[in-house]
Amino acid sequence: MAVVAEQQQPDLREAKGWRRTSNRIATALMVIAFVLVIVPLGFVLFTVIAKGASIISWSFLTSPIPPQVLPANVGGIGPAVLGTIEITALATVLAVPLGILGAIYLNEYGGKNWLAALIGFFSDVMTGVPSIIMGLFIFSIWVLHFGYSGLAGAFALGCLMLPVVIRSTDEMLKLVPNSLREGSYAVGATKARVTMTVVLPAAIGGIVSGALLAVARAAGETAPLLFTIATVTAANPNVFSGANTSLPSQIFTNASSSFAGAQARGWGAALTLIVIAFILMITARFVTARFARFSR
Amino acid sequence: MSTVTQADPAASAGSARQLSERRPLGDRGFQVLTLACGLLVLVILVLIVISTSQQASSWFTTEGTKIFARNWDPAAGQYGALTFIYGTAITAVIALVMAVPVSVGIALLLTEVVPYRWSRPIVYVIDLLAVVPSVVWGLWGILVFAPWIEHIYSSIGSGVTGIPVLDSLFGPPTSGASFFTAGIILAFMITPIVTSLSREVIATVPAIDREGAYALGATRLEMIRGSVWPHSQGGVVGAVLLGLGRAMGETIAAALVIGSSATITSHLFAPGYNMPAVIANEFGESFGLQRAALMGIGVLLFVFTIIINVIARGVVERSARRKRGA
Repeated sequence: MAVVAEQQQPDLREAKGWRRTSNRIATALMVIAFVLVIVPLGFVLFTVIAKGASIISWSFLTSPIPPQVLPANVGGIGPAVLGTIEITALATVLAVPLGILGAIYLNEYGGKNWLAALIGFFSDVMTGVPSIIMGLFIFSIWVLHFGYSGLAGAFALGCLMLPVVIRSTDEMLKLVPNSLREGSYAVGATKARVTMTVVLPAAIGGIVSGALLAVARAAGETAPLLFTIATVTAANPNVFSGANTSLPSQIFTNASSSFAGAQARGWGAALTLIVIAFILMITARFVTARFARFSR
Repeated sequence: MSTVTQADPAASAGSARQLSERRPLGDRGFQVLTLACGLLVLVILVLIVISTSQQASSWFTTEGTKIFARNWDPAAGQYGALTFIYGTAITAVIALVMAVPVSVGIALLLTEVVPYRWSRPIVYVIDLLAVVPSVVWGLWGILVFAPWIEHIYSSIGSGVTGIPVLDSLFGPPTSGASFFTAGIILAFMITPIVTSLSREVIATVPAIDREGAYALGATRLEMIRGSVWPHSQGGVVGAVLLGLGRAMGETIAAALVIGSSATITSHLFAPGYNMPAVIANEFGESFGLQRAALMGIGVLLFVFTIIINVIARGVVERSARRKRGA
């Protein structure tokens, strides 16, 4: 090679033979991996939309839940819609402020000290705690003493949301430039004031969108609710006491039912749930795009 | 705060008094409040351990080492958890074997192959996978997927009957709701997280490493093997471990499609049970020692997933630190 290099231009074309073939195979495998994911996903979404759309109507979303034996055209999932909204909203009110404050500690006060590092590490670990464990936890510390209630369900969902909110908020606070903080200190503001009036507003787009994604995930959770709200069929507008119900719990009950009517209502509830999660996700994207001054 | 102290030497002795270290009560109160919220994470984790073990204590004390026994028969008063631990391991392994190559493949596709303009929609699709709730996967799994795949199982099953190893893995009895079905559904559910974490890790590979490999005439595959993989190996292992933790703890989908049969068998197409599924299905109607046993299975599950998550986060953090150092 070195001898002929003087006369000949180096060959810059694509590698030949096995090197080219193996490269193409690798690229093809990557594309196949993606196809392997979108085909089942498309199939799931198609099934849910096809089976759910035929039953969904305003009266389906608001009517009481009938006994499982009744056919699909009777009743609806009203109490479950109400329960999901109540419980998820309460969980959001509980977990999001606490999570944001926790993240403020991590990023604004803790900095690099060991306690902040420890809390940050265990927030990450806590996101991996199975959701059913949160249900068992709230069952043992709350339900055994105070009985089933929407509030207990909200506690369990809140425990799931808390580390997610802490982590996403922490990421967003890290993106706020230090010059903003320094500028505010220079005019004599206290740390609390700087955080509340300068840092948080600067990062609010990302924080809200992270919180919305956490809410979207929590709204679809069933396992933490099984032993905390007890899944009844009657509507319960009082979220603070008495057994309640939710969309995921109803789907779970109906999925194991052998009655066609109950299964059809399950598909309708599944479509409702996916649409709710989807709306939250799109809102999160919109908020990120519209309000984020410092975000990725 | 540091800015205030730095300003001190510049100011004259008289006005420096004004810039004192003393902070208003509200300011300090706010700091304590945020600290309390941060500590809440640790408090909750400790409370989980204490409260659930307390509820499960009668199972641990009466059964002793028999908690790892094979037999689970509430009617006969036998509460061994081995069946469920076995089922959890089997379904998680099946899920990982399917999800990891696919996830890493998609992560490489996103970072190395497609242009940025295309990678955005692909990420949205993967995110969509994460938006589908667990219970909807379960509903689809039991009503649509299991009846469909049952035929495939039974034809594979009858095909391998009599062949030594294959028979004991894929042979009859077969059923639509089985270890394997649960593994497949779990694979779908952990793919988004493994993909996004691997992608993040792979994206941190310095561009100069890639360009260097290309400049030496490497094909894309050779570049991935030589530049991307050595750099992101640790992070991808961490991502896989996090996926494992998810697969072990995923409850509702598994509870619906695993077949709910407390048996230990090598037959992957046979109905089985795993830890979260048995808690979800039996806890509601349980009492006494059975309830304590189910709570105890929850404690074991918690301990397993915490160990895996701690290792995973450690691996991810170490590889991130090494990267920053490099």
